[in-house]
Amino acid sequence: MAETTAKRSIVPYGPQHPVLPEPIHLDLVLEDEKIVDVLPNVGFIHRGLEKLVQKKDFNEMMYVIERVCGICSFVHGMGYCATIEKVFDVEIPDRAKFLRTMWSEMSRIHSHMLWLGLLADAFGFESLFYQVWRSREQILNMVELHTGSRLISSVNKVGGVLKDVDDDKLKILSKTIDQIEEDMLRVQKVFFEDYSVQSRLKGIGILTPEQAHALGAVGPFARASGIPLDLRMRGDNAMPYIDFEPITSNDCDCYARCYVRFMEVLQSIDIIRQCIAKMPADHTLVTPVKGNPQGEAFVRLEQPRGEVVYYAKANGTKFLDRFRVRTPTFANLIPLCETIKGENFADLGLLVLSIDPCISCTER
Amino acid sequence: MAKLANFTPTILKNLFSKPATTTYPFEPFKYPEGTRGHIENDIDNCIFCGMCTRNCPTRCLTIDKATHTWTINRFDCLACEYCTVVCPKKCLHTVEGYQEPMPEKSTVTYTMSEEAIAAEAEKKRIAAEKAKAAKEAAAKKKAEEEAKAAAEAAAAEAAPEAPAAE
Repeated sequence: MAETTAKRSIVPYGPQHPVLPEPIHLDLVLEDEKIVDVLPNVGFIHRGLEKLVQKKDFNEMMYVIERVCGICSFVHGMGYCATIEKVFDVEIPDRAKFLRTMWSEMSRIHSHMLWLGLLADAFGFESLFYQVWRSREQILNMVELHTGSRLISSVNKVGGVLKDVDDDKLKILSKTIDQIEEDMLRVQKVFFEDYSVQSRLKGIGILTPEQAHALGAVGPFARASGIPLDLRMRGDNAMPYIDFEPITSNDCDCYARCYVRFMEVLQSIDIIRQCIAKMPADHTLVTPVKGNPQGEAFVRLEQPRGEVVYYAKANGTKFLDRFRVRTPTFANLIPLCETIKGENFADLGLLVLSIDPCISCTER
Repeated sequence: MAKLANFTPTILKNLFSKPATTTYPFEPFKYPEGTRGHIENDIDNCIFCGMCTRNCPTRCLTIDKATHTWTINRFDCLACEYCTVVCPKKCLHTVEGYQEPMPEKSTVTYTMSEEAIAAEAEKKRIAAEKAKAAKEAAAKKKAEEEAKAAAEAAAAEAAPEAPAAE
């Protein structure tokens, strides 16, 4: 009897595809409906932002680095400033530390809520998608109230922050996060217990802790595989004053990634509450820095999507020699390919989404 | 069934509550306090120092000291507020209301008012007069000091001569 073998075919997927949020190209090797191999290909939206560091002075460069990504814009600006501050060896004032932590948690909330909405859209639950994004509007309004802009906030400065927040604005924020928490708790049951959600997420895209560790997964993607890797534990900015435990899950599938991100929204709300309660009364916002940077520095931070690494090399002039960003999506691409292998073609959109891909971050 | 009806309370709540969206053209949009809409220049206070033009990340600002004009290309402006941070006179500020649509790419020019130019010229004239007076006073003082020093030197020269004559 002749051995029956499934016919292999290669399907190019992306860079333009309805379920892809951003342009990534995947060459898929299919056996019937099953994906047996995948080769990622990026490079469609490379902008050469890191090269600009040799043409813009180090203060102006903050506004360029913020535009590496629209969603993690605040953390990129903060990371750039933190790197240059490390080169200068200055410490920012306490209030600036608390404001940076508070605003980065606000950006984490809106990033995760954006992802939860997109996830609901990917498994075809349109009303849940709009419900989450409706709540997300509230946090975006708060970002606009505090910084003057909805997404690209431009409030960081080498040595501190540019804007202060008065007590009234903190009270409004406090009230709003209470409302967001109430809204999210109402949809929590839908994400965690709903039949249609579970049938699309459970057991899909397994990444074992060993694989996650070996392939270098970061952020919520690694935490969903049971690795308690959260750079906030290192105590950046105001985190030493904040009670915080990383959220992990041992399910290792898409459901676990949804669980981790959902619980992180609630955790960020808690961190913002602690920041508001412990906000220092001293209104000093900036430690002045003099002259031009000289030397090099590495900074690691936790972005909404995972660990990000910044490297800067300065030569004593106002232009840096080199500035490099290693973004979380770049680290998560290889583990993603591992999760895709062996899955059904129909789940691919969901799987690509499960790492919260940001391709413009990856290519800069 | 319990697994299927999780979203029903939210649906019912949304059905009987007011919509989250607004009917925009009929209901004006409310900007939060401190929104970075667009940059305005309080041009009469501007000293045309060029700090904003040199520091703007997109180089969307130009100034002309001779004609007292400050020009912004709003299509390039990021509303990042860096110009307002570096402005020494704090005459630049952001106001609410995003940039209005325009049929073609164009720039907006702010020109200093005649009164402000006249006031500035007057200020310059007074400053120049003061400087001239100060210069004259300094020259006079210097001349006096020189004369005094010369007199002292002459006296000092004359003094040792006296014993020599004896």
